[in-house]
Amino acid sequence: MKYIDEYRDGKLIRTLVKKIRKEATGSYTFMEVCGGHTAAIHRFGIPSLLPPGITLLSGPGCPVCVTPVIVIDRAIGIASRKDVIITSFGDLIRVPGSVSSLEKEKTHGADVRIVFSALEALKIAKDNPGKKVVFMGIGFETTAPGTAAAVMKAKELAVKNFFVLSAHKIMPPAMEAIICDGTEINGFICPGHVSTITGAEAFRFISDKYNLGCVISGFEPVDILMTVLMLVRQVNSRKFNTEIQYSRAVSMEGNTKAREIMKEVFTLSDNEWRGLGVIKLSGLELNERYSDFDAAEVFKMNGLREIPKENALCLCGEILRGRKRPTDCRLFARACTPENPVGACMVSSEGACNAFYKYRRNG
Amino acid sequence: MDSLQLHLDLNNDMCLSLPAKVIEINGDMASVSVGGAMFNAGLQLLDDVKPGDYVLLHAGFAIQKINKDEAEEILRLLEEMQDESD
Repeated sequence: MKYIDEYRDGKLIRTLVKKIRKEATGSYTFMEVCGGHTAAIHRFGIPSLLPPGITLLSGPGCPVCVTPVIVIDRAIGIASRKDVIITSFGDLIRVPGSVSSLEKEKTHGADVRIVFSALEALKIAKDNPGKKVVFMGIGFETTAPGTAAAVMKAKELAVKNFFVLSAHKIMPPAMEAIICDGTEINGFICPGHVSTITGAEAFRFISDKYNLGCVISGFEPVDILMTVLMLVRQVNSRKFNTEIQYSRAVSMEGNTKAREIMKEVFTLSDNEWRGLGVIKLSGLELNERYSDFDAAEVFKMNGLREIPKENALCLCGEILRGRKRPTDCRLFARACTPENPVGACMVSSEGACNAFYKYRRNG
Repeated sequence: MDSLQLHLDLNNDMCLSLPAKVIEINGDMASVSVGGAMFNAGLQLLDDVKPGDYVLLHAGFAIQKINKDEAEEILRLLEEMQDESD
């Protein structure tokens, strides 16, 4: 397929690996903060190609994984109403809340539907005027503009039964939180698709202020290896900068139109991340102009357990901060598997535990 | 890539974005092809999309156009690197 096959070329991969092995003479730790990178790194066996001095860590890049249990509990609370249809991306419905998941609620009769996009949820609302249709707004700067566009469309078409439960987040504050938390890294493999929207400029403060490498990477093996080489070179030269490897999709300025649409609908708020706690101005809530579409406003969340319960042994939070690896967890591949996940990191194919389980269970 | 598998992947993996060729445009929606598998893509987030363009398809929206010149430039750089090390 065009724009994929060329970046899986074996000869190019061998050349890059040779270069990396030659130039990476020290010790390096790089963190990826995009679930797509986590999945690709394990799927293509990238760590096995790298010299032992290079460690790749997974950060808080899987949107399903960083969504706190309280959001799932809220969605389950709303789903229990007879007049509601919950719509969600497929990954989220299997995430365990305090006592159940949306998938389990579905088997008990709740109307939970998997959608491919926010526009599909809006169509379900138009087709079911007697129901309240709630879309689970999950994800970073890549999915948030789509949610915003659907909300604007709902307003334009005067659809009154479409609501968004927004747990959308933005990525740069979480990367800063990771640095301030003391996780020792030399650079970030910056999120490729988030950057198509934010532009590479959004990460410059990290390379400038914290002296860390920032390279925005594509998702094929050639992309990831080239990014690693660019990061190694930044560390070796001690010249830290924000660079774009994924230049076929990412520019310095990003997608201005998508950002305007986000700004039209959302406002920044303090937001809770699983594993990282509350991060200042890292979440996107519907603003006053669109409060009629805000599920958090429309469905008052009374009677919810104040402190949601997570499995005490689950290391998901530590793994999202780059402090532990999936294989450090006592539940991993025993009580917690993709078929029967205990923590969110095992649910999504973008989660570190899921990727480890699928491709690297034995090492 | 198998078309059914691709649909399953895109439904179960909200972060997956794939390069898709724009086949037809109807108002603010487009039919796009990912290696022959057809999807609908909202065009609300981009201006000036034309049939034949390649876009990144993400959660049902075209989120960015793929820059052909940049794609070729990176491959050229890599080829050069290959020649150096041969």
